[in-house]
Amino acid sequence: MLEISTKKQEGIYHIIITGEVDASSSIELDKQISMALDKGENKLLINCTGLSYISSAGLGVFMSYVEPMEAEDLKMVIYGLSPKVYNTFEILGLHQVLTIKQTEEEAKGYLNEV
Amino acid sequence: MLSTKIIRRLVFFGALFSWIGLSVIDVVILFTTKNALAVNIENFFSRAFLDSFIIFLFIYYHFQVQRYASSNFIDLLWRVFITGLLAIFVSIGLSYFLSIFEGHSFAVNPFVLNIQYHINIGVICALLISSYHVFKRLILYQKTISLLRLWNVFEYTLLASVLLNFWDLEFTEPFSLSVFFFLTVMSIILSVNMKWVAYLNFNQKLKSILLLTLSGVYLYYFINLVLVRVNLEASITLLQSNVTIIALFTFVSVYVVFSILVLLFNLPTSSVFEQKLGDVLRFKDLSQTFHSEQKDEFVFDVLLNSSMSAVLADAGWLEITEKGKELLLHYEISGSDIAAIKTNIDTSKDKKSSIFRRRKIYSLNKGAYKSVLVCPINIQGVAAGDLVLLKEVKDGFNKDMLEIIETFTAQAVISIENARLMEEAITTERYKEELKIAQKVSESLLPDRLIEHESYEITSFSQAADEVGGDYYDTFRIDDENIALVIADVSGKGTSAAFNMSQVKGVFHSLVPFGLDPIDFIVRANETLGRILEKNNFVTLSYFIVNTQEKSVRFVRAGHCPTLYYSKEEDRTFYFKNKGLGLGVIRKKEYLPFVQEIECVYQSGDIMVVYTDGITEATNPEGDEFGYDRLQHCLTRFKDLSALDIQDAIIREVYHFCDTNPLKDDYTMMVIKFK
Repeated sequence: MLEISTKKQEGIYHIIITGEVDASSSIELDKQISMALDKGENKLLINCTGLSYISSAGLGVFMSYVEPMEAEDLKMVIYGLSPKVYNTFEILGLHQVLTIKQTEEEAKGYLNEV
Repeated sequence: MLSTKIIRRLVFFGALFSWIGLSVIDVVILFTTKNALAVNIENFFSRAFLDSFIIFLFIYYHFQVQRYASSNFIDLLWRVFITGLLAIFVSIGLSYFLSIFEGHSFAVNPFVLNIQYHINIGVICALLISSYHVFKRLILYQKTISLLRLWNVFEYTLLASVLLNFWDLEFTEPFSLSVFFFLTVMSIILSVNMKWVAYLNFNQKLKSILLLTLSGVYLYYFINLVLVRVNLEASITLLQSNVTIIALFTFVSVYVVFSILVLLFNLPTSSVFEQKLGDVLRFKDLSQTFHSEQKDEFVFDVLLNSSMSAVLADAGWLEITEKGKELLLHYEISGSDIAAIKTNIDTSKDKKSSIFRRRKIYSLNKGAYKSVLVCPINIQGVAAGDLVLLKEVKDGFNKDMLEIIETFTAQAVISIENARLMEEAITTERYKEELKIAQKVSESLLPDRLIEHESYEITSFSQAADEVGGDYYDTFRIDDENIALVIADVSGKGTSAAFNMSQVKGVFHSLVPFGLDPIDFIVRANETLGRILEKNNFVTLSYFIVNTQEKSVRFVRAGHCPTLYYSKEEDRTFYFKNKGLGLGVIRKKEYLPFVQEIECVYQSGDIMVVYTDGITEATNPEGDEFGYDRLQHCLTRFKDLSALDIQDAIIREVYHFCDTNPLKDDYTMMVIKFK
C-alpha cells in the first residue's frame, strides 16, 4: 500500500511517501513528481520517513529524474530513509547521484542553499 | 408382450368378426321368424356380438388415434371429417345401389334391407367411436388431474353401459334413462374443455369450423338414418334402443356444437394470441442472436424490430452511446423528426430535463406521434442509451407493453454482454498462450550450461516470480585463461523486465568477446543500455573476469547486490563493498567516477556467491526480509560443501524462511568454488 500526500511550504514542495513503493504503485509516485515539475516547482522535498519498502521500479522513478532535474537546475532532496531502504539506494549507487539527507532540517538547508 | 401393431390388428379382426357375427345372427333370426321355424335362436347372441363389436372398435380406435400423437389439431379434425366422408359415402352408395332396383322385390327384401342396415350400423359405430377418441384428445389437451379423473368416470361409465344392451334393458327403462342422463351431463361438463382452440391461429380456426360443421352434417344424416327412419320390420338389432350408441351420439354432437360456438367466439381474439406467440418467437430471436457471433448493431436491430412489432408501434428509434461511439437505428422516422420529438418531450408537461434514461410512457399533443414509449438500455450496469417507440394514436401504449419492451431489452443486453464476455475470455486465453510462448523464449535466454574449468566448480539457479523473469546470468570464455561471468537484474518484473533482459544479453554477448577490462565493459554497457532503456528502467549487473592462470578475479559492480565471498585463508565470509552504480541511471554524465574495479587473488577453497535481490529481499509471512546477514551466515555454515550443495542448501534455507509466502521477485544465484 502506498499513500502520497503533497503540500507546499515556504517555497518548498513536499511530497510525503508512506508505505511501500512496488511496481504498480511506482506509477503513482512518478505521477506526483512529474505533476510537481509541471506546476513549475523547483524545490522538491521528498519525505520518506514512512517509506517501508521500495522496489527496483520505485528506484527507477527517482533515477529517471536525476539528469532532467540537473539539466534544468531543479533541486530534489530525499530524507528520512530507514537504514534498510537507504541500503537499497546505496547498493544501486543512487546515493551518489541523488541528494539524500537524514533530517528535514538538513534537507531544507540543502534546498535553501544559494 | 405383443406389440401394439399386432394388438391393433387382432382387435380389428375381432371387430370385423363381431360385425359379421352380428349380421349373420340377425339374418338367421329374421329367417327363422319369417318362416316360423321352430329354431329358437336367442337374441342374446345378437346383443353379445353388437357389444363386442363396440368394444373392439373402441380399443381399435384407441390405438389408432394414439398413432397420430404428433399430429396437430387440424389433422385430427381432418381425420374425423374423412372418416365421416367415408361413412356417408358407403351409406349413400348403398342406398343408391338399392334405389336402382326400385319396385323390384329385391329392393324390399327384408334380408337385403337388413344387411344394408348392418353396414350402416358398422360405419356409424366406426364414425362415432373414432370421433370420440379424437375429441378425447382435444378435451384432454393440457389436462389436469381432476379433469382426467372426470374423464375416466365418463369413459368407464360409457363402456359399462354396453352391459345395459347385453342384459336387454330397453332405452326407455328408468335405469337406462338415468345412465343416459348421467352420461349426457358428463358430456356437457367435459365439452367445456376447449383449451386447444386458443392455440389455433385465425386460419386454423376457420378450417376447424368448416371441418366440424361438415362433421355435424354427417351426424345429422346418421341420426336421421339410424334413429329416426328405421325399417323396424327388417331390423333385429335396433341402435335407437342402445344406450351406449345414443350416449356417444350425444357426446359427439354436444362437442361438435360447443367447439363450433367456441371457435366462432374466439375468432376475433385470435390476433391477440398470435401477437403473444409472435412476442415469444421474437424473444427467441433475441436470445439466439448471441450464438451467431453477430455484432451489437445486429442485436439492436433485432431488438428494435421485435419491439416495434410486439407493440405495433408506428415508428421507433434506438440510440446507443458507448465508449465514445454512437449508434442510431431508426424505422419509419427521420433524424430530424427524432430531434423534434425529443424537444417535444422536453417541453411537454413532464418537465425534468433527464427525460430519457428512464422508462416511461409519454403523451404528446403536438406532432404526428401522440404516444411515446421510452425504455432505457443499460449495458453492464451503465446507461448506454434508449429505445423509443412511437404511435400515432393517443394513449397507444400501456404498462404491459412497457414490460414486454423491458424484457426484450434485457434479453438483448444479455446477448450483448454474453458475447463480450466470451470475447474477453477468448482474448485472455490467447494472452495465456502468448505468455506460455514468452516463458519458453525467456527461459531459453538463460544458458543451458556454464563454462566449466578445472580450477573451479560452478552452478547456477534461477527462478522467475511470474511466467517470465528479468534476471540474467551467463558465462563466456574470452581466451584460454580468461573466463567472463555475468549476473544481471533488470528493474521491474514480468514481461517488460523480460524484454529488457534480452537486451542485456545482447549487450553482454556483443561486448564480451573484446576481452575488455571489467570497468571498460560496464562503461560501454552503460552507454549502450542508457540509449536503449526506457527512462524509468535500469539494470544492475556484476561482471567478473576469472583468470585461471593468475588465479585472480577482477570485477565490477554496476549497482548490483554485493558479491559474497568466503576466504579460505582467513576463514571468513564477507561482502565486497566496492563502489557501483546501476546501468542506465546516468546517461549523459560520465559514468566512470561512480564505479570501481576490484581485483582479488583466489585460493583453493574460496567461494564466490553472486545472486540477485530476490534472494536477500525474500520475505517471510511476518514481513521480515531474508537479508544479507542470513545469506552470509548460510555461506559460513555450508562453506565445506561442494558448489552445488552450497547452492541447494542456500535455496532450501530461503524457501524455508519464506514458508508460505509466495515468490515476490525473480531470484537467481551462481556459486563458484575455486579448486
